[in-house]
Amino acid sequence: MGLIKRVKKNFSSIFKNLFKKKTAKIGIYGPPNAGKTTLANRIIRDWTGDAMGAVSNVPHETRRARRREGVTIESNGSKVTLDIVDTPGLATKIDFQEFMAHGLEEEEAKRRAKEATEGIIEAVKWLDDLDGVILVMDATQDPFTQVNVTVIGNMEARKLPLLIAANKIDLPESSPARIRSAFPQHPLVPISALEGQNIDTLYEEIADHFG
Amino acid sequence: MDLISEEKMDNMTAMEKIRLILDGVKEGKILVLEKGLTPTEEAKLIEMTMTEITPEGFPGIEIESYPSSQNQKLIDRIFRKPVVRTRLTVIGPANQLKTLKKDRDLISALVSSQ
Repeated sequence: MGLIKRVKKNFSSIFKNLFKKKTAKIGIYGPPNAGKTTLANRIIRDWTGDAMGAVSNVPHETRRARRREGVTIESNGSKVTLDIVDTPGLATKIDFQEFMAHGLEEEEAKRRAKEATEGIIEAVKWLDDLDGVILVMDATQDPFTQVNVTVIGNMEARKLPLLIAANKIDLPESSPARIRSAFPQHPLVPISALEGQNIDTLYEEIADHFG
Repeated sequence: MDLISEEKMDNMTAMEKIRLILDGVKEGKILVLEKGLTPTEEAKLIEMTMTEITPEGFPGIEIESYPSSQNQKLIDRIFRKPVVRTRLTVIGPANQLKTLKKDRDLISALVSSQ
């Protein structure tokens, strides 16, 4: 590494340490079934040995935002302490019949739909109270969904850091490159939250980006 | 279908825009906004939509807009004025408007009657 580059890096690190917040509050956002809680569980398990919440294939399994305080992530010499908020999946529509198609009884499906709408309101409200976002996208799906566009737009308007986790790369039809070309202005890490693939690279980016 | 001009939207507050959209969509209209909503207004629209969803009635909305961009004019950059440039947006009832394909500059949607 050249002398100028090293001096620049040292100054940048001193500057960061002087002014960085003690703890950054980071929201995990994304559409339903993108793998937000699976990722939250992996992060919490890897760094605290605990877990965040239940996961399932039925959409809107997470219907209340959950916050885990003081998760310290160390990677590549950088260290960051985060409050991690796992949010319910964002959507613009909720159809209780979709839950019935997953085997839920009508009453249970309606109750879940009602709770899901409340969860989405909660997730939107959290946007006002965060220092940054990890946006989890399902790499097997079209990246230009309205939820992704809205979350990215909100972070850009607030000038807050955003990291894209292109999830489900363990599936053969996944294409992180499609997400990268859709949103080239933001850092992206292809991962499998379920299998743990590339998760160390995600931790490096988290420590670097939110520290 | 209602096509709403940029001038009309410019003269409305965020809540007026959201009310106009939700009232129109609940009547079964497809709305095409020439200018679109800011990301903050979009988030507020999602929030308000959730409060109006009912199991047998209103299922929510389908909304599609192109990604917004920050204004790159030199004068705005000098004064660090964040100006979000919003783009054309289509909104309709979730049971009548279905997005088929979307990318940075193209939205393909299917519109059906109830």
